[in-house]
Amino acid sequence: MKHESVEINSGLLIVLTLVAISIGGLVEIVPLFHIKDTVEEVKGVRPYTPLEQRGRDLYIREGCYACHSQMIRPFRDEMMRYGHYSLGAESKYDHPFQWGSKRTGPDLARVGGKYSDEWQTQHMVNPQALVPDSVMPPYPWLLSTELDYSDIEQRMIALKRTGVPYSLSEEEFRRNVEEYGEEMAKKLHIPNAKATLEEQAKSRNWDGDPSRVTEMDAMVAYLQMLGTLVDFSQYEEGYFAKFR
Amino acid sequence: MSTNNTSKEVETTGHVWDGDLREYSNPLPSWWLWTFYGTIVFSLIYWVLYPTWPIGNDFTKGIKTIEVKDEQGKVIYDGHWNTRALLLDEMRNSPAALRQKEGIEMVKNASYEQILASPEMMSFARSMAKGLFGDYCAACHGTGGQGVLPYFPNLADDDWLWGGKVENIQKAITSGLKGNMPGFPTIQGQALDDLALYVLSLSGEKVDAAAAERGKKGYAMCMGCHGADGKGNAMLGAPNLTDKVWTVANVPGAGSIEGMKQEITNVIHKGIKREMPAFGHRLKDYEIKMLTVYVHEMGGGK
Ligand code: HEC
Ligand code: HEC
Ligand code: HEC
Repeated sequence: MKHESVEINSGLLIVLTLVAISIGGLVEIVPLFHIKDTVEEVKGVRPYTPLEQRGRDLYIREGCYACHSQMIRPFRDEMMRYGHYSLGAESKYDHPFQWGSKRTGPDLARVGGKYSDEWQTQHMVNPQALVPDSVMPPYPWLLSTELDYSDIEQRMIALKRTGVPYSLSEEEFRRNVEEYGEEMAKKLHIPNAKATLEEQAKSRNWDGDPSRVTEMDAMVAYLQMLGTLVDFSQYEEGYFAKFR
Repeated sequence: MSTNNTSKEVETTGHVWDGDLREYSNPLPSWWLWTFYGTIVFSLIYWVLYPTWPIGNDFTKGIKTIEVKDEQGKVIYDGHWNTRALLLDEMRNSPAALRQKEGIEMVKNASYEQILASPEMMSFARSMAKGLFGDYCAACHGTGGQGVLPYFPNLADDDWLWGGKVENIQKAITSGLKGNMPGFPTIQGQALDDLALYVLSLSGEKVDAAAAERGKKGYAMCMGCHGADGKGNAMLGAPNLTDKVWTVANVPGAGSIEGMKQEITNVIHKGIKREMPAFGHRLKDYEIKMLTVYVHEMGGGK
């Protein structure tokens, strides 16, 4: 085929351009579906419980990602400040992931357990009361609004379709018991979702008021588990370097 | 386009559209062309040296390798070159890490007495702990350690709930703290007011002496923790009520005796639950050590 016939025939030009671009895209994307060697095998990563998942939804609703990333990059300064760099496996159940690169506030990938529940609640209600120079806006309505979890089952089913191992059938439940232990498997069982959500919300008094389930309960439960799933002391230091 | 603008010197591609439209065939500038060839050569070399191409479930690792040794000289990574391995190396062997390592080794192997007595170690610990304090503690205790009434105690005064010795401070940071005073909702009305006034009298506030005397009886319930003399108990984190330092009740900010009384009755009625998270798993031992001397010095520790 002569170059000229491509240039003067716009239909053909469009088709061939698409072919050329897709080859580039496919070469970049398809291998990622197959390569096992770049995703670290680590113990401990599990799906979010219903309460944490609602907290995550609120995190997205409020646009916290506009100022906070959730990805510690493999640099010395980041390791010194935030802890171990984030692993791909740690966000494998995130839909969508919250990695980001906009850091008006600090990275939150390992904020779980760094502060008390009370601090998280007070800080969310009025950041400047605790950190006078903070530019973080207040979110007082999280504390006064009851959490809406009427559609929690549907939310979990939607996530299940994307590959998050929530269980619906007895068989899936047993698989989760093996994988995550009885207690956690119950929380990941969709038919139990409302009951376990309430139970978790009241178990720890997240927002300081165990009598009701507020949006703050969900938000604090979510923040307090961020980055806590993998026990890095169990791995040799060089282990993760093999995967890059 | 005007036709007389056509230059005769430049070759055209030979294509003709609409009878008279032609396209110049200018050669690419040679600097551009050679840069382009250069990038191709560069990528060929890169493919050979570094991890690049996916193949099946695997990827080409490249022939460049990197070996990383830990402090004891043991090899902790020996394999293909990649950024995570570089980081492992940088965490240990970069000039900045080595400079820090010297100071860390010094502090690691020294006792608290030795550190506190050595200006050199103190200045190193101070510089490193300042950053750690900013990252991990300042959100609650404030950048200068001044705290936030009534949630987070002041660390910069020389008044301690749990004791101001280095051992106390180290324990607080490592295992966290649970400040816990039960509420006394059954104490009410006059008895509550009197008790509150008695508590205020302990630190020398000018209150109605007769009322305070009446309140003394109720204080029997408080002695177990705050002590018969009100001097507190560092084992339980129960504060001294006789000094004028307040960590929960905002007595200094109350303005009037009535306001002060309100602050105290609130505490008695509702009780207190405060929590400081444990940092033992998050911070390294030497980091806790440096924070300990930093906080100790901040409060002019005991
Ligand atoms: C305008 C930007 C902005 C937005 C939006 C924002 N933050 Fe922040 N955030 C900050 C800044 C700045 C800080 C650091 C100062 C402070 O602690 O308040 C911070 C600190 C934090 C911290 C403490 C982190 C640490 O390690 O000290 C948490 C947790 C947090 N934010 C959660 C949230 C959540 C949850 C939301 C959404 C509801 C949110 N932030 C929205 C700017 C923001
Ligand atoms: C989430 C908030 C929070 C963070 C973060 C925090 N603290 Fe605390 N800290 C507290 C609270 C609350 C208390 C009081 C506990 C009580 O009521 O007995 C406390 C008490 C202390 C005490 C004892 C004070 C006394 O008077 O005996 C020390 C020492 C201390 N903190 C040091 C630190 C250091 C060092 C860090 C950083 C590694 C830190 N804290 C981080 C909340 C926090
Ligand atoms: C079980 C032990 C315990 C008992 C009993 C107890 N307290 Fe306390 N009290 C504490 C502790 C611990 C704190 C500090 C809490 C903290 O810092 O988180 C405290 C704090 C206080 C404070 C606030 C001091 C300040 O610096 O702001 C007052 C006032 C007080 N107690 C009064 C009383 C009175 C009055 C009674 C008796 C009715 C009483 N307490 C009984 C343990 C106790």
